[in-house]
Order: sequence, then C-alpha cells, then structure tokens
Amino acid sequence: MSAESASSPALCLPAKIGPGTFRRGVHPPQNKSLTADLAIEVLPSPAKLVLPLLQHTGRPAELSVKPRDIVEAGQKIAEPTGLISAAVHTAIAGKVGPVTTTVLAAGLRVPAVTITADSSTEAPEPSWPPAQPPRFSPDDFSAQQIAEAAQEAGLVGLGGAAFPTHVKLITSPERPIDTLILNGCECEPYLTSDYRLMLEDPWWIVAGLLLAMRATAAQRGIIAIEDNKPQAIAAMHIAISDHPQLSVQSLQTKYPQGGERSLLPASVGRIIPTKGLPLHVGVVVLNVGTSATLARAVLNGSGLTHRVITVTGQGIARPANLLVPVGVALGEVLDYCGGLTDSAAQIVMGGPMMGNTVSNLDLPITKGISGVTVLAKSQLDRRPERPCLRCAKCVDHCPIKLNPTGIAHAVKLREFELARQLNLEACVECGCCGYICPSRIPLVQYMRSGKAALLQIDLANKDKG
Amino acid sequence: MDDQKQLNVSPTPHVSAKLTTSRMMADVLIALIPVSVTATILFGWRTLQLPLICVATCVVTEIIFNFCRKKPNSLGDCSAVVTGLILAFSVPPTLPWFACVIGSVVAIGIAKMLFGGLGSNIFNPAMVGRAFLMICFGQLMTTWTAPGVEDTAKIYATTRATPLAVAKFTESDRSKALEEVSLEEYEISLKVRAGNPAVLGDLLRGAVGGCLGETSALAILIGGAYLLWRKTISYQITLGMIGAILIFAGVGYYLAPQQVMHPLGHLFAGGAMFGAFFVATDPVSSPLSTPGRWLFGIGTGVLVMVIRIFSGYPEGIMFAVLIMNAIAPLLDRWTEPAPLGTKVKTAAGS
Repeated sequence: MSAESASSPALCLPAKIGPGTFRRGVHPPQNKSLTADLAIEVLPSPAKLVLPLLQHTGRPAELSVKPRDIVEAGQKIAEPTGLISAAVHTAIAGKVGPVTTTVLAAGLRVPAVTITADSSTEAPEPSWPPAQPPRFSPDDFSAQQIAEAAQEAGLVGLGGAAFPTHVKLITSPERPIDTLILNGCECEPYLTSDYRLMLEDPWWIVAGLLLAMRATAAQRGIIAIEDNKPQAIAAMHIAISDHPQLSVQSLQTKYPQGGERSLLPASVGRIIPTKGLPLHVGVVVLNVGTSATLARAVLNGSGLTHRVITVTGQGIARPANLLVPVGVALGEVLDYCGGLTDSAAQIVMGGPMMGNTVSNLDLPITKGISGVTVLAKSQLDRRPERPCLRCAKCVDHCPIKLNPTGIAHAVKLREFELARQLNLEACVECGCCGYICPSRIPLVQYMRSGKAALLQIDLANKDKG
Repeated sequence: MDDQKQLNVSPTPHVSAKLTTSRMMADVLIALIPVSVTATILFGWRTLQLPLICVATCVVTEIIFNFCRKKPNSLGDCSAVVTGLILAFSVPPTLPWFACVIGSVVAIGIAKMLFGGLGSNIFNPAMVGRAFLMICFGQLMTTWTAPGVEDTAKIYATTRATPLAVAKFTESDRSKALEEVSLEEYEISLKVRAGNPAVLGDLLRGAVGGCLGETSALAILIGGAYLLWRKTISYQITLGMIGAILIFAGVGYYLAPQQVMHPLGHLFAGGAMFGAFFVATDPVSSPLSTPGRWLFGIGTGVLVMVIRIFSGYPEGIMFAVLIMNAIAPLLDRWTEPAPLGTKVKTAAGS
C-alpha cells in the first residue's frame, strides 16, 4: 500500500487516506484529566529570562546584540547561522547580560544570554485568548515570504524536536509535497498544551496550515488528532468548515501516535524510509502549536517569544496550562503553580515517555519544551533490573519493528557493529520497550549509549579516512 | 520552595507497565492450579508429594548454586518453583522420590544455573531434567497407573499402558500387542485411534493413564486459556504446535487409519496439550520474533508427530521441545524482522 505511493511522490492525491492507526505501540495511562479542562493562563512576565542560543536542532544562533544593550520586548537578540539554525527573540524588554553557559534538559551545555527586565517600564502581558486572525488569502504571500517569516521568527517545531520550521517549508521540485499534516495527536501522557490550544486558538492553527500549504504547494491539509480528544476534533472541524481542502482526522489513541513514523502510516498510509524524512514521501508534518505561531509570524511579523506548556503531575500543587515566555526559569513556573508537593520526587521536562528528568530548577523553558511533569514518589518505579526472559514484549510493541532486547544485549557486550546490524540507528527512542519490559531493563538507555558509541566510531573512521 | 528536596533522575521512560517477571511466573503457577486439582482428584493426595519434592529440590539447588557462584539470591522471580512444577507434572505419578530429586537437580543445576541462571539457559530446564530421568530410569518413567487408585500398593500393581503406547501396535499386531497389554487397554486404544467420542471425552476429563499433569486436557485448557488471556505465553507457539499436530495427524489418519491415531486422540492423549501450553511456551528457550515463534510451534508439533509415529518412543514432546530449543536461535536469525522503513525506497534516495 505505502511502498508504491512512497516510490512515486506524484502530485495526484491517493484516493484513500490511512488506516487511522499504526501497528504495535503501547497504552500508558493517560493522566490528562489533571489539566485537560483548565484554560490556558498567562504567566506574569518574569524579571529575568535566560535565552540559550541553541534551543533547536542544528547550529547555535549568534548573538546580534551586545552585553549591556537595552532590548525591547519581542526584539531579535540572536541571528541564525546557516540554514539549519534559528533566531532567538526576547519576550521581555530589558538589559542584555553577559554570555554564559547553561545546561539544557537533555544535558547539553550551550551558550546563553540573560535578559534582565527594565524595572522602570511595565512589561506588556500577552493577551489570551488571542484575537481572531485578520482575513487573508494565502496567495497574498509567496512561498519564499512565508519561509522567510518563519526563519525571521526563529520558529522551530514546538512538539519537542525543535527542528527549524523554515527548512521544512522550503521545498524543491524533485521532492514535491502533496500533503501537510498538522500533528495534534499529543500522545504523551499528561500533556494537554496542544489540546487546549486546539480548543482556544483553532483559527490561528488553521491560518498557519493554509500558509504552510501555500509555502509547500501541498494541496491537502490534514489535522490529525487522537480520538481521546473529541472536543478538539469538534473545534477543529468548525475551524476548517470554509476550507474544503482541509480535513480533520481522528486517529486511534495509542502511544507513540504523534511520532512522525507512526503518524504517517496511520494518517496517509505511507512509511518514512529509515534514514529519510516525511518530505521523502511527499508529506510535511507540523505541530499544531507551530502552525499557530507560523500564522502569527507571517501575518503579524511576531517572533517566537511565548509558547504554551502544561505543568502537571501528581507532584505539583496546582496543575495548569500556561502561556510562558521562552527562557523563563523552570523554578518560576513551578512556583506559579503552587510549588512542588511533599510527595514530588521527579521533574520531567516534557511528558513521562520521552521527557528528560532535571534536577536544576534554574533551567530555562526552551522552545521545544511542551510541558513539565512532576511525578510523585509513589509513581517512581524502583524495581531492580532483572535478567531478560526473552518474553518478546519489547519486540511485540516496538513501533519501528526492532528487536530492542537483542540490540540492548549487543550494546551491553560492547558489540556496537552488531547493534548497527540490528538497525539500532532506526530507533526513535519512543520508550515503548522500556515501558513494557517486565524485567525493568533500561532499554532506551542502552539504545542511546549504543548510538553515541556508533557516532564515536564513525567520527574516528572519518578522521582516519 | 524546599531547597533540600531530593529529586530523582532516571532514563526515559519514567512510567512503566505493571507487569513484572515475577508476576509472569506467578501467572504460570496460577494456571497450574486446575492441573494440580485434577491430578489430586485422579491420582490421590499422595501424588502431591511429587510436586512438593520437585519444587523443594529446585529451590534448594538454586540457593546452593547461587551461593557457589557468589550471586545474589534469585528465588524472588519464582522461576525455580515453575520449573519444579513443570517437571513434576511431566513425570508418572509413581516416580520414586529420589528420581524426582535427581531430575530437579539436573533441571535447575545443570540446565539453568550452569548456563548463567534465569534467561541464559538454551534448553527448557524441566525438559532437560526429564530427559535425564528418561535415560537413567527408563523403566520408572514409562510405568503408568490407572487414575483413581488410592492405595499405594495397588498403584504399583495396577499399572497400565497409555493409549499412545498401545497405538504403537497396528491392528495386524493384535496378538503381539495382547502379549504386552490387556485386552481392555487394547480396545480403548483402538477406540482412541478411531476417534470414539466417549473415549475422547475420557481423555478430556483425564480418566486415562499418563503423567501427573497431562492426563486431563480440559484442566490444561483452562489454565492455558488464563495464560493466553494474561499474555504470559505467546499464542503463536501454542496454536502453531496444536495446529501442526492436528494437521499432521489428520493427514496421517486419512491416509493410513490403521497406523495413525485420530487427530483428536493425538492432541488429547499424552503430553501434547501440556506441552503446547506450559512447556514449549517457555519464553527463555523459544524465539523472539513473531514468525520465529510460529515456526517454533509448528516445528515442535511436527517433531512430536514424527517421533510418535516413526520412532520407538510412544511420546515425543520432550525431545521435540529440546530439539526446537536448540534451533530457536537459528529461527530468530532467519526471521529477523525488517524494521519499519527499511524496505521503502524514496524517489531520489535519502
């Protein structure tokens, strides 16, 4: 079914769209009810922002202001370096501090700059919910204008990977795009930021979709939402009613439905090649939040200064969906939500399946962080690792159809080339194997260390060659 | 905010499914309850000493080996108990205690712990123990008692052949067969061979001779259904094995009804059902990949029938499982799945 459409990305639309789900995967408890019915609140403007110059996939941005400069709210403070890079903007007006180093949630040390608010001027709060977008026709803008606006806004994928959006919007004639999918699956447990955005801001999402379709020349736009969000599906249905080329697709609720490699088979019945991207099969995928921000960048010229996050979990006093400025300290967000409860034991940047745990509350909320999940002590799994029983549950649930226990075994024995043969590099680290393993083997950790070792081996070989 | 708060950090994912290895083993123990109950009803309270001896020996052997290897105690996973029970249920109820002890020591000590403990053994420990007993105590291992005999003295007196053993004689061997078995046994066997519903019903209930745990197909089905529902065992192995036995025996029965027993007879007599649900499904010694598990089940079923029909042994579960255990790594290699996306070609490469 998919191989044919994959090999010939013809511009004619395939008659049938996907089966609505993917094979394998897991069903972790959702826990979305903690915040699903809470409207997005605006976090009061903080007195200080820490803006890492690398919040995206690619090369770090370069500072375009000097320390001690006075900057305005929304001003660009760093320029992209090269194609795969993104600008950085400040959400508050204030004074630029010296360039320092900060540690990101993933453990990476990156250069960052501090903006300290000017106490004399009151910082303007962003209004929420936003006003309806102005009437516009996508044809008023050229493809180049839209991509440039995205680049100018420092727009990156807000779903988590933080890949610079303008790169996705620049298409080449050899790789025509026929479908643009907005990813509103939000398959991670706990997180509800995309859900609330679809309920409260559907018009900007649709505006962004139309603009992205204009930029990529895609004729079909799909908004893919898991079927555990019927209200979001209804809201988006209303928002697209004037646009026959758009559709809302309800997908089965299963983790990792929102991962591109699960989303494309389910939504349009196409499989992304192992080392390829959605564009290799004629599709561009954007997160719903990215789409809304794209529309604001194109129509209002505003940069990516704020994003919606979910602060949730049994370890936080007052779970909430928040509109926060990029660069605000994690501790400040937690304090706004009433602080940690006595039972709080683990802070996860993102959802519990793929998010990184952090121990430093000074860490800034970056563009790719879609939520903060604070897990309670009772939720931590402290069962010891036991020997692999070869029960094959990891094999049966891997959405990529790998043999996780075989790869983990190879990595454990430092047989990295064997791990490569077992297609370690195809692993997306979704965590299904680690979630389901009855022996509590940290399979994802083995995948990561194996990948890192292969990278080292390849670099060493490159140097020799 | 409390600055002294201890925060936990861990690799992803930070939530996990409830199922644990210990729970999987406990599921097997739960699934063995119907089998234990029918074994007690059929062979009397005294026969419960077999499982007790086997389990106790298995547990003690594991403790000793862990002590010798300076490894931490591994009894918590219950796998020694499971091995002991599977071994006990696949020997005749009349097996003396010392044979049970020897079989258990071989099963845990040699087949499991010497290979590195749980998860590292190549062969099914219980079947290795049983194979050892088969070689050392061939006579004791093939002495069957009629169910429902309570008195010990009588148990040893009223031994009887299993339908599978009698099935080795063809109809033309009638006189030869009657030298070894009674007329009654021979007639039952003929009825099984012909697929007589009443006799097949007896096999389902367990009113025939056989190993402790394998006589009542119904009890095994109840326990096996629980395991399938809990997803503790792979249905591929069970279905593959049962399917292969039914098809193989069905074709044989159709072609040569004088030589081959009715397919349902082959399924319900002997250890086929017990093997398909409790023995061949041991995850450690079976393949990982889904097609590999199908092949493993089918291969076991075919080998069982080959041994039953063409070899000198009346029963073949044990050897079939052991042979397939040896092939399991090969099956995994042959059926290695192609990951999602590796077979997709792009328009201009990637």
